[in-house]
This record gives sequence, structure tokens and C-alpha cells, in this order.
Amino acid sequence: MTQFLIIGSGVAGISAAEAIRSQDTQSPITIISDDRHGFYSRPGLAYFLTGEIPQDQLFNYSPQAYKALNTKFIRGRVTRIRSSDHMVEVENGKYPFCYDILLIATGSFALKPEVPGIAFDGVVKLDHLEDAIRIIALAKKAKKAIIVGGGITALELAEGLVANRVKVHYLLRGDRYWGNVLDENESRIIERRLKEHRITIQYQAELSEITGKAGRVTGVRLASGDTIPCDIVAVAIGIKPKLELAKASGIATDRGILTDEYLQTSVDAVYSAGDVAQAIDSLSGKNVLDTLWAPAREQGWTAGLNMVGVKTPYVKSPSFNVTRLAGLTTTIIGQVGGGRDSDVFGIARGDSETWRDIPDAIAAQTGFEVNRLRLMIGEEHIVGAVVMGDQTLSYPIQYIVAKRVDISSIRSALLAPGADISEVLVNFWTIFSRQVAHSLSSEIS
Amino acid sequence: MSLRSLFKPEVTRRTVLTAGQVVPDPVRCVQCGICSYNCPINIDVRRHAWLGEVIVDSHCLTCGECVSRCPRGVLRFERSDVFKDKGS
Repeated sequence: MTQFLIIGSGVAGISAAEAIRSQDTQSPITIISDDRHGFYSRPGLAYFLTGEIPQDQLFNYSPQAYKALNTKFIRGRVTRIRSSDHMVEVENGKYPFCYDILLIATGSFALKPEVPGIAFDGVVKLDHLEDAIRIIALAKKAKKAIIVGGGITALELAEGLVANRVKVHYLLRGDRYWGNVLDENESRIIERRLKEHRITIQYQAELSEITGKAGRVTGVRLASGDTIPCDIVAVAIGIKPKLELAKASGIATDRGILTDEYLQTSVDAVYSAGDVAQAIDSLSGKNVLDTLWAPAREQGWTAGLNMVGVKTPYVKSPSFNVTRLAGLTTTIIGQVGGGRDSDVFGIARGDSETWRDIPDAIAAQTGFEVNRLRLMIGEEHIVGAVVMGDQTLSYPIQYIVAKRVDISSIRSALLAPGADISEVLVNFWTIFSRQVAHSLSSEIS
Repeated sequence: MSLRSLFKPEVTRRTVLTAGQVVPDPVRCVQCGICSYNCPINIDVRRHAWLGEVIVDSHCLTCGECVSRCPRGVLRFERSDVFKDKGS
């Protein structure tokens, strides 16, 4: 019997417990978390805000699933890991807890800008269920909200507040939305759609102070000196891995907890997965941060297998995310290039650092405003893509990027001026998929 | 996922009703549950997506509510092998 302990009840922690249970039905598994709501869909908070789902619907794990997992849940905050004793301290040493194998999956937290007035009532972020509940309660009485920040979460806040009938004024420090991932056309498409939803966008607007009265938000002051009255200030300027516990316990960290390819940390029998882990990307050889649900789940599963003794390297898939930006389904795959986003400090939620690598590739683009496709074309491969609107093409592109399918036969056609790249790609895929299906069926027979 | 089925022309409504099934792409899914919430006969579509399982529940009406409401393109219709693939 091995005593497995997991710190954190997010998707990485649950997935690790599932992996352990898939191999070992007997050993005790314990999950310690200070989130009183336990495991739920954090990306789903956006749709709870818009009213598309009720609060209860966020909880995806059924009682039967919990029963099958056979895992003990403890609510509490781990304050120290004593790895030499194989022990953690909960609530400052009040409750010591022994382990044989430990996983740190503490996740990340939303940063707040360091400006005067940030502690006023009415300043919100979207990190936990508590935040979403608070936003909905505030929105009932609010007339106007200011949004500060870039990336996916800022838009989720904007759209959620609009759905709750609050007028939204969106401040961007830069010249356009999500400049380190989207190209200029893509940014403008999103911005135009936001404006259609009566969201006001102000560019090159830097928040310098949140003003208030009797502890409550009354407005914001910008670096330009302009003031804007409002009742809510919603911030999404980036996230930070929750590292303090690992740091204080002598575990090697950089911007996240450093892990090897088996997701083990610098300390024996201690693993890490999810937003807090800075896992090695075998493709680039660098340790990178991902703040996406799917890699967190994948890392959790791989860490769980390694914890239970099934040696499994973590092979990072090309970063992939589908999200809804201003009502437009958007898929971002692999490397799409781009520089710095002045609206985000570090990494944004639902973000991957690998997107921002500037690939050795040329972009090909096609489509109408709301059905847009951008391909990043390397020497022999498609290294990244952004698909906005109709998602039919995103499925084959997902495959072509992940499997590094050789596209040299259509490379010049894709890069020809005025090329209909969708059509070139569809024709290529029709033939390619037939060949793959044929070779698969020959292999089987 | 059948590679061959990806670029078939849009299946007709009748084909979907008789031979279609809802197939999830788990890597896209964030478990928000909009699918299960909108299923008129309470199939837990989200659980299928978590487990990467095709919705083979015989009660599924293939009404498409889950497919069209999913904000992340997780779900789509594919032809099931209930009927033999005829010449395609």
C-alpha cells in the first residue's frame, strides 16, 4: 500500500487520482485543497456569468464518479512540505499528514494591478466560483463596469457583464486586443464584434488609480488624467503559478515548479502538474508554462501514472485551445507568433507560452471576416493556425499540426498570392485522409 | 474518429436521424456542461466527453442541441456503423 497525497483539487489533481486509481484500486489517495467548492469546471465560469448554465452545472463529477475514484477529500491549506520526513503540514502545522508519493497541483491565481484603490469593494477578477458569484451579485446594482487586461478572461468578464446588463468600457494599454497571439486583422474582428455588443474600447489607456468612496469603487483615473465613473472594475492582467509552498519547501522553481519529463520535481517522490508546473517541452527542450485545461488534465494523468510506478514521459502536444471570443468560436493551434501583449503581465489564463514563439514560417490567410483562417507554414509542415468562425477546418489542421504531416506538396499553392488556402487544404486533406484510412485498413488486414 | 468521414458533404437531416451519432473531441472540452444542461432527455453528454466516448445511448434523439450549443466545437455528428457504409 502506498499513501498518495495530492495538493489541489483542480483538473490536474483529479486526473492524477484517476490515473493512480486506474492502476491501483487499493492504496489510499487523499486530496487536500483550500477551495471550498472542490472540483468544478473553472473554464465554465464564463458561461455561468453569461447565464448559459446555472451554478450547479459547473460541478462535472457525479457522486458515482467520486465513488469510483475512492479518494478522500480534506479541506485545508498545506503550509509546508517536509520532504525529508515525507510529511506535509496543514494549517501551519496543526495537522501533519504523511505521504509516500506527493503531487503538487496548486494551480495559479489571478494577478491584480498594483494601483491605489485596488482593495475597494467592486474590484473583481475571475479566478474562482466565489468571484463569479460576487460579480453576478454586484452586477444587479451596477450601471457601468471597467475592464482592465487582455487575453481570454478579460473578454469573458466583458461578455458576462454585458449579459448581466452592465454597460462595459474596456481599457487596452496597447493598440489592439491580444496582440501577442492574434494578428492585427484578427484583433480587429474581435474588437468590432465587441463594439457591436455596445462595449466601448479605449486604446492606449493605462489605469493609474481606482477611485472610491466609503470603501466602494466610484471610478477610475487613467495615466492621461482622464477619469471614468463606474461601479465595477474587472481585472484580468494575467495569472501567476502558486509557487510559495514549493519555494518554502526547497523545491526547485523558476516561474513555475520545474519538472523533468516524468513530471517529477527536484525532490524525490514529489511531482507537479497543471498551471503550477513548468514542465519540459520535449520539442523545444525548454520548461514552459501552460494555463490550459487540456494540458493540465494530461499532465495530471501522466504524473499519476508515474506516481503509481508506470514510467511515462510527458510529451507535450502542440498547444491547442478553442475558445469563444466575442461570440466567435476560435481555435488556436501550435505556434502562431506574435510579440508582447502589453495588457498581460506574464501569462494569461487559457494561454500557452508556445503560441508566442515566433515560428520560422510564413503566414497564409483566407476567408471572410467571421470565417477566417490563418496558417503558419514552415518548410515542410504547418506549425500553427488560427481558425475563427466555422470550425470544420480546425479538425484536420489539428491533426496536420500535431502529427507534423508533410505538406511540402501544397506549400507553394498555399503561399501563392490570392490562394484560396481553405480549398487547397480541403483537397489535400481529402486525398491524405483517404491514404491514411487505406494504410490503416491494410495494416489491420 | 474516422478520417474518411471528415470531409463528407454535410449529412442530411434524415441521415443524421437514422445513422448519425454525437462524437466528442475530449481535448477541446472544458467540462462546462452546456451540452448536458440542454439535452432534452438528460443524457450526460459531458461525461461522455470526459471519457472520450461516443454517445451511443439509444435514447439520443440526435436533435443537435448539444452540438450546436457547445462553445468550443467539442461535439459533432458522425455517421455510425449501424448501417453499412454504402459506396462512400
